[in-house]
Amino acid sequence: MVDMAGITGYATYIPRFRLDRGEVAAAAGERGRGTRSVAGYDEDTTSMAVEAGRPALTGSPNSIWLATTVPAYVDKTNATAAHAALGLDQSVGAFDLGASTRSGAASLIAASRDHGLALMSDLRDGHTGGADERTGGDAAAAFAFGAEAVLAELVARASVSAEFLDRWRLPGELGSTTWEERFGEGEYVRLADVAVADVLKDAGIPAADVDAVAVAGPNIRAVKGVGKSLGRGGDSRNDTVDLLDLVGNTGAAHIGLVLADLLDRAEPGETLLVVSLADGADAFLFRVTDEITRYRAGRPTLRESLAGALPVAYPTYLLWRGRLRRERPRRPDPVRPSGPFAARNVAFKYGFTGARCGACATVQFPAPRVCLRCNAQGSFEPVSAAGQRARVVTFAVDRLAFTPSPPLISAVLDLEVGGRVQLELTDVTPEEVSVGDTVTLTFRRLLTAEGIHNYFWKARPVTTTTAPSATS
Amino acid sequence: MATHSLRDRIAIVGVSCTPFGEHFDLSVDDLIVDAVTDAWATAGITGEDVDAYWMGTYVSGISGLTLTRPLRLAGKPVTRVENMCATGSDAFRNACYAVASGAVDVAMAVGAEKLKDNGFSGLPSPKPQDDGTRISNTAPANFSLLGPAYQQRYGVDPAAFRSAMSHVAWKNHANGALNSRAQFRKEVSIETIEKAPNIAGQLGVFDCSGVADGAAAAIVVRAEDAHRYTDRPLYVKALSMMSGYGVGGIDTDYDYTTFPEVVACAKDAYAQAGITDPRRQLAMAEVHDCFTPTEIVLMEDLGFSERGAAYKDVLAGAFDRDGELPVNPDGGLKSFGHPIGASGLRMLFECWTQLRGEAGARQVATADRGLALTHNLGGAPGDCVSFVSVVGTELSA
Repeated sequence: MVDMAGITGYATYIPRFRLDRGEVAAAAGERGRGTRSVAGYDEDTTSMAVEAGRPALTGSPNSIWLATTVPAYVDKTNATAAHAALGLDQSVGAFDLGASTRSGAASLIAASRDHGLALMSDLRDGHTGGADERTGGDAAAAFAFGAEAVLAELVARASVSAEFLDRWRLPGELGSTTWEERFGEGEYVRLADVAVADVLKDAGIPAADVDAVAVAGPNIRAVKGVGKSLGRGGDSRNDTVDLLDLVGNTGAAHIGLVLADLLDRAEPGETLLVVSLADGADAFLFRVTDEITRYRAGRPTLRESLAGALPVAYPTYLLWRGRLRRERPRRPDPVRPSGPFAARNVAFKYGFTGARCGACATVQFPAPRVCLRCNAQGSFEPVSAAGQRARVVTFAVDRLAFTPSPPLISAVLDLEVGGRVQLELTDVTPEEVSVGDTVTLTFRRLLTAEGIHNYFWKARPVTTTTAPSATS
Repeated sequence: MATHSLRDRIAIVGVSCTPFGEHFDLSVDDLIVDAVTDAWATAGITGEDVDAYWMGTYVSGISGLTLTRPLRLAGKPVTRVENMCATGSDAFRNACYAVASGAVDVAMAVGAEKLKDNGFSGLPSPKPQDDGTRISNTAPANFSLLGPAYQQRYGVDPAAFRSAMSHVAWKNHANGALNSRAQFRKEVSIETIEKAPNIAGQLGVFDCSGVADGAAAAIVVRAEDAHRYTDRPLYVKALSMMSGYGVGGIDTDYDYTTFPEVVACAKDAYAQAGITDPRRQLAMAEVHDCFTPTEIVLMEDLGFSERGAAYKDVLAGAFDRDGELPVNPDGGLKSFGHPIGASGLRMLFECWTQLRGEAGARQVATADRGLALTHNLGGAPGDCVSFVSVVGTELSA
C-alpha cells in the first residue's frame, strides 16, 4: 500500500444531451423545472468513464477503480475496457466497484490508497414520468491520485456505516424504491455529524478552517440539509447544490461531480470538505495546492462544459434507453464482434493506436503489416489518436444502414496526428456537419449484438466543452 | 513481368441474358438453367461441348456446384468466382484466359444472382468475422461520398451536379424503357427523380440501381474457331482487371473524386486494344452506374470526358442514346437492374446485341464503329476492384 497522497489530475464528463424535466413531468400530469443530462444512445457507464478518465490522467496510475450502479456487463469486469481505452500498461490493475451509489466514494478511497485512478460513472433511470427519472442525471468523473505535482492533498478521511432502508432496488428493476424521506434524512444527519467530526479531528483542524463544503448522496433532503448545516457551522461555501438542477443527481458519479466543481473554483491553500451520504457517510478533507492553477489552465471547468448542450425529446430519450422499441429496419441484424479478433486488435479497437512507418514516416490506422506508401514491412512505431482531433474530408448521411439511432452519419477523417480513418459521427444532427469541420475522437458503444457490446471510437464536433488530450 | 494483350485471340460466340427483376417466382437454379441453355442455343452447342465453366455469384451459391446441380452437368471443371459487383466480368476474364492458354477449346462464363429472397432493402454484404471496427455504411452512403468531394474540387454548384445526376437517371430509365429484359421499363421524369425519398447523402431512390434477380452468360472460343459457331462473333480486344488496396479509408492523398483503379484499368485496356480516343472510337459503352454520381465520375476515369467536365457533358447529352458516345443504352444497372454476379455479363450481352445491330428500338446509330466497352466495378470509392473489356466486330488488319 502507498501512503495517502493527493489528487494529481481530475476531469468530469457530462454527455451533451439535456432532457427538460418539465416535458417528462407533463407526460405524467405533473410539473417540473430544470434539466437533466442524458447519455447518447451510444454511451454507457464504461464509455463515459473513458471520456472522463483520459483528460484526468497525468501519468500511469497503479490501478483503476470503476464505480457505477449500472455496469455495462456483470461477471465480466468493465474497468478492463476503460483500461484498454486509456492505453494503460497490463501491469495496471483494473477493478469494478459497484451496485450501490456508495461505490463512488469507495473508488476515491481505493484510488487514494494506491496512487490509482478513480472512475465514477453512472446512468440514472426511474419509472416513466416519475421523480427519479426526472431528477437523475448521467455523468462521469475521474480523479488520479499520486505523490507528485499534487493539486489537492487528501489531508484526512473518515467513514461510518449503517444498515437502514432509505433507497433500494432489486437487480434488474428499473426504478428504486425509497422509504419516507425524513427517516433517511435523520439517519444521514446523524452519520454525517460523526464522519465530519472524525475527519476534522484526524486532520486536527477546526470546522471554521473549512473554506468550502460539498455533499452528495441519493437522499436529496439529507444532502441539502447536511450541506446547509456544514456550511453554516464552518462559515464555508456550499455552492454545488445547483448541479442537481443543471445535470441531475448522478448517483455514484455525483460525489465526483461536486468535488470537481469545488476544485474548479478553489484557491490555492483552501481546505475542502466533501461528504458522501450513502448507507453511511464518507468524509474527505482536501487542501488545495499551488499546482491547481497550472493544472486548470486551458482546461474547461465542469460548468463551462455544460455549454453547447443539445436538447433531447422525451420520446427520443425513451428510445435511447430501450424503454420504447423502434421498428426494425429491413436490413440484416448487426453481427457480434469476434472475441479473438477484438483481443488481437485491442490496441486499435480500444486504444485507437495505429503506426508510423519507420521507413517513410507515413501514419496509418490500424497498424498495418505493410506500409501503404512504401510497402516497407516490420518497422512501425505505435501512434495513438485516442481522444485527439481530426478534420472532416467528406461525410455521408446513411438512411439505410443499421444504427440504433438513424441516420448513420459517417465521415472520412484526416487525423491531426497523421493518417486517415473513416468513423461514425456522434452527438450531431445531419444539418450540423460540413466538410472541413474539426472533430474529436470519442470512445463509444456502437451497438450491442447477441449480448456483446461493440466498443469503438467515433468522432464528435469540437465544442467549447472539449477537454485537451492527455499528454501521457 | 508484363501483361500481354490477348487482342483478337478470343471470340465470343454465344451470349444470353434473362430478364432482370423481382423474380419471386424463380429460383437461382431457374435463372441459371435459363441463361445457360439460351447461351448454348445461340452458339448452337450443348453443355457437353463446353470444356470448362466459370460460375460467378456474389451471395447466391458456393462452389462450382451452384452451376452443375441445377443443370445436372457431370464431368466438367467448374470454378466459382466472386469479386463483388465485378464477379460476372471476372468469370468472363478467366474463361477467356483458359481458352487463350490452350488448355481448353470452349469455355463458358455464367453470372447469376438471387437477391430478392432475403426481404432486405438494398444489397446484402456478407463480410468475414471481424472486431466490429469496420464502418457499417451501406453502398449508397459509400458512393454518396463522390458528389460533395467532386463539387468541392471542381467548384461545381451542387444544383448543377444534382441536375447531372438526374440526367443520368433519366437517360438510363429512358433506355431501359425500350428494353424488354430491363427491371424498370418506364421513363421517369426529372421531377420524379428529384422528389424521391432520400437514401444517403445527395442520393435519392432514383439515384440508386435496381436490386434484381437475374443471370447472364457468354461462351468463348479461339478466334480462329469462331465461325464454326456464328457468322458474327465478337472479338475480345482487351481485358483488364485492377484491384486497389483500400486507399480511401487510410490514405490522406485520396480525395474521392475518382476511382484510381478504373483509371489504371482503362489505360491498360486501351493500350491492349489500341484505342487512343475512346469517346470517338467506341460505338457504345456499358459502365457501372451503380449510383448516378458513379456514372458521372466514370466518364472522366474512362477518358470520355476531361477532368471536371463530365457533369457538363452529361447535361449536354453527350452520353445519351443518340449522343456522341451512347452510355448504357440498355438502361444500365440503374434500370436494367443489378443482380450482382450477372451484371458484368449482362453488359457484354448488350455489346453483342448492339454491335450486331439487333437492339431494335434502342439501337445506337454508332454501331458501325465496331467497338464496345464494358466497365464493371466492385466495392466503393477508394476501395474497389475494376474491370474493363473492349470487344469488337472485326479482327484487326
